[in-house]
Amino acid sequence: MNAQSKIDPGNGAPSREKLVVVGNGMAGCRAVEEILACEPDRFDITIFGAEPRVNYNRIMLSPVLAGEKSFDDIVINTAEWYDENGIALVSGDPVVHIDREIGQVVSRSGRVESYDRLLIATGSDPFVIPVPGHNLPGVVTFRDLDDVDRMLAAADKGGSAVVIGGGLLGLEAAHGLALRGMKVTVLHLMPTLMERQLDEAAGWLLKNELERRGQTILTGADTAEILEKDGHVSGVKLKDGTEIPADIVVMAVGIRPNTQLAKAAGLEVGRGIVVDDHMVTSDPAVLAVGECVEHRGACYGLVAPLWDMCRSLAAGLTAQPRGYEGSVTSTKLKVSGIDLFSAGDFSGGDDCEDIVMRDASRGVYKRVIVRDNRLIGAVLYGDTADGNWYFDLLKKGEDISDIREALIFGQAFAAGGALADPNAAVAALSDDAEICGCNGVSKGQVVSCITAGAHSLDAVRSSCKASASCGSCTGLVESLLAITLGDDAVESGPKTLCKCTSFTHDDVRRLILEKQLKEIPEVMQELHWTTPDGCSSCRPALNYYLLCAWPGEYRDDERSRFVNERLHANIQKDGTYSVVPRMWGGLTSPKELRAIADVVEKYNAPMVKVTGGQRLDIFGIRKEDLPAVWADLNAAGMVSGHAYGKALRTVKTCVGSEWCRFGTQDSTGLGVKIEKLTWGSYMPHKFKIAVSGCPRNCAEATIKDFGVICVDSGYELHIGGNGGIKVRATDLLCKVETEQEAMDICIAFIQLYREDAHYLERTAPWLERKGLDWIKGELFDDPARVQRLGDRFRLSQKYWQVDPWAGRARGAHRELHSHLAEVRPLKLEQA
Amino acid sequence: MSDPVGNWLDIGPTTQIEPGTARTLPVEGGDEIAVFHTMRGEFYALVNKCPHKQGPLSQGIIHGDSVSCPLHNWRISLRTGEALGDDKGCTPTIPVKVDAGRLFLLREAVIGPRAA
Ligand code: SRM
Ligand SMILES: Cc1cc2nc3c(=O)[nH]c(=O)nc-3n(C[C@H](O)[C@H](O)[C@H](O)COP(=O)(O)OP(=O)(O)OC[C@H]3O[C@@H](n4cnc5c(N)ncnc54)[C@H](O)[C@@H]3O)c2cc1C
Ligand code: SF4
Ligand code: FES
Repeated sequence: MNAQSKIDPGNGAPSREKLVVVGNGMAGCRAVEEILACEPDRFDITIFGAEPRVNYNRIMLSPVLAGEKSFDDIVINTAEWYDENGIALVSGDPVVHIDREIGQVVSRSGRVESYDRLLIATGSDPFVIPVPGHNLPGVVTFRDLDDVDRMLAAADKGGSAVVIGGGLLGLEAAHGLALRGMKVTVLHLMPTLMERQLDEAAGWLLKNELERRGQTILTGADTAEILEKDGHVSGVKLKDGTEIPADIVVMAVGIRPNTQLAKAAGLEVGRGIVVDDHMVTSDPAVLAVGECVEHRGACYGLVAPLWDMCRSLAAGLTAQPRGYEGSVTSTKLKVSGIDLFSAGDFSGGDDCEDIVMRDASRGVYKRVIVRDNRLIGAVLYGDTADGNWYFDLLKKGEDISDIREALIFGQAFAAGGALADPNAAVAALSDDAEICGCNGVSKGQVVSCITAGAHSLDAVRSSCKASASCGSCTGLVESLLAITLGDDAVESGPKTLCKCTSFTHDDVRRLILEKQLKEIPEVMQELHWTTPDGCSSCRPALNYYLLCAWPGEYRDDERSRFVNERLHANIQKDGTYSVVPRMWGGLTSPKELRAIADVVEKYNAPMVKVTGGQRLDIFGIRKEDLPAVWADLNAAGMVSGHAYGKALRTVKTCVGSEWCRFGTQDSTGLGVKIEKLTWGSYMPHKFKIAVSGCPRNCAEATIKDFGVICVDSGYELHIGGNGGIKVRATDLLCKVETEQEAMDICIAFIQLYREDAHYLERTAPWLERKGLDWIKGELFDDPARVQRLGDRFRLSQKYWQVDPWAGRARGAHRELHSHLAEVRPLKLEQA
Repeated sequence: MSDPVGNWLDIGPTTQIEPGTARTLPVEGGDEIAVFHTMRGEFYALVNKCPHKQGPLSQGIIHGDSVSCPLHNWRISLRTGEALGDDKGCTPTIPVKVDAGRLFLLREAVIGPRAA
């Protein structure tokens, strides 16, 4: 072997220290450049590189894949550079062993090199999810030029590509492959693309744009296996059973510091090779730099920190100590035409304040996060011009209290001294400056409508339409109100849906339809929500409004539902659940009673009770047992009673003409029919119905949301009753002659309530707010209206009249009913 | 994959908890733990008991980095365990870390005695 040790060349020249570098990548070479810049003659340098080529700019592999650059364009150090600086480059020959005792490294080909100082810069390895099929030909990662060549070869043949991972790398791979003509599907486990850099709102905008460009983006997609045909990859199968054909599969799910060599050499290794502020490992003769290291607990996956590390390394080595203190990073996505920037910590926190600005018409979302008057994070989508300015404020930790108000509008606005007061800035606008782009309203028009008496935001919206559409100019209109009237004279308008928006419930419902908004993040973007992901008031409301507006199309968001509607049972004070199966119209049978009795015994339910809604409630069921309980009840033909839901609850009946000596009609039968028609429908609030067989009203129909009192000549229909906190007797809506008419009007009324009321508004306060005449008008002015409302109700029922218990009993959402694991400390300690 | 020192308890892959949801981890002889995954992708762990009346926080609606208790709607910070707004009280938190796609809880905080 050609072992080289520290041999004096014999010509009298002092022997130089020998520096061996493992890793010819971005950090390794940069470190060498920094060292050469400080002390060009100190070291005799050998660089080992596993890749068979000179050092190149790895981040530019994306443009190479996209066809925007060639390999020659992205070379950082040519062969001449190595020669000129007397560096021996051993490429295509990875180091396989480090012997620290004698200060030697050994390469795969058997080459042995001695060192005085060793620098490890082995970068990261792409992480490969170990699903079946991950080793198949056609499954590639995205890390080096060979990977790019493999992707280009596949793209030459056309066909479909699946990219697993919707982070920075995955999306850049997807973009490149799409530009090369492949049909691309991106599978991302999380609901938001690039969730480490983007919040939900920006991730949604990005997803939309990529879909518009023809990529298929599946979020929440969990890969189960990679499929094979003829020894080559043929597709990907997801855990939910979906299969997507693929001629190539790119795994871009993350990276892991490449620490094997260091670990085997006995260096201290955590997540990465542990280094101090001068990049020295646990062995003073060994340095490490780049993605393979862990510094003060942090590992990095971007280049900017590497540059800082390399400077500190050189400084430490060449005795000008200036340590590395960690880096704040920022991200941009290298996909042409998509402007996206994120930096710092944008996860928010109690002590943080979010400032959000959205401009739906331009597709812009900006969010900055402030803590203690300092900017700590920023997410920008659509307009990233101020990215560097924010990043600078962030890195310098400057106090921003002076520009706080105008911060979100960007540098031009905030830096303008006097203009930092948004009111002053608005006051300075000329009269014909456009305030509301959607409705083309100028400043002069808004001001004159304010002086004419519109003293609240809402009044302005209804008189001149400014800020009535997308709402992005709400801030400007509020400023104009304050300037024109003085702060105190501005009247507050009707209550907004919640603190996250300046729109009311009615506005939101109307705009969902007008603008065809179909997802929660979309509503939040288009209507300029001031928080990134809403709150526990607006999320459930939006979820309901969307499912009511787009039956069949909208995908229910369980995370936006109160626990009872998520677990389809009522949570109790001790954290167990109560289970109420439907008993149609209060009727039951020996079979049902037996099934309930069996459940009570089998699951040791501590109590079973007759409810005020004419059915049985089983108490004390653990969330783990719910699916089994439901399976047993389903087997006896019973379905969910929605006793937990903002939904149709009970239809209470009395015995009626079949038995009762006073009964005028079959109230029990009609109640059952109505319940079969309406069960399963979600509403703004809970909804209760009753049918009494005569005016004695034993079913208490006049304190229900919809009540029927049977009389000899037909049916009196009552609405807006409430027996709860504030008792309200119903108003008579109308009288009809047949059961069919009673049912038609019942569902038309329900649908009107579903489409108009505010979330969490029962029919009683809704009726008082709108007036009985309004409701009568809506239902009866146009003879076709009852039919149309009924049609919409039936359409919705097509999708929603399903027993949610049955799915769970079959195993859907098992994770909601099971623990992650159990900890048994004693056994653990022994293990 | 747990640390050589054994300070951290490996509780499985991060994919077990969908973003915006939480799952539970009963501890024999101790308090059940709720592990949260926020919509923004962070993980937190708290004793699964609301400081108000012991409501199971794991069942609340998660928004930002807080959870609204399912029983009486107190809002609890997932970072500090403190009740937010006008309410007062605190739930113990358990340090969490994510490494190579797996979730780890600080062992001593899981099984050790805990100030409640
Ligand atoms: C079980 C039951 C009591 C009973 O044992 O009889 C009951 C139990 C609860 N009711 Fe009720 N209500 C029950 C019939 C009623 C009735 C009587 C009826 O439906 O004929 C009323 C008055 C009628 C009405 O609603 O207009 C009633 C008016 C309320 C109210 C006040 C509503 C209001 O608009 O003022 C609440 C509070 C709320 O909804 O915000 C409430 C809330 C509750 C909650 C859900 C409290 C809660 O949020 O956890 C209780 C859940 C216990 C559980 O886990 O099962 N419950 N509740 C009854 C279930 C009926 C069923 O079979 O589904
Ligand atoms: C496609 C792509 C796009 C990217 N885009 C961006 C971006 O836009 N912005 C950004 O900041 N960052 C980006 N990055 C990340 C950036 O490229 C890395 O942070 C950077 O390359 C890390 O430098 P490094 O020297 O630590 O590792 P590397 O550059 O990976 O260098 C490590 C080198 O060591 C070699 N090696 C490993 N083991 C051995 C061994 N035993 N013997 C010899 N040699 C060995 C490897 O083959 C490799 O050449 C991107 C990365 C990729 C793959
Ligand atoms: S009356 Fe009050 S205590 Fe009784 S069930 Fe209804 S909500 Fe609970
Ligand atoms: S128990 Fe949590 S709010 Fe009451």
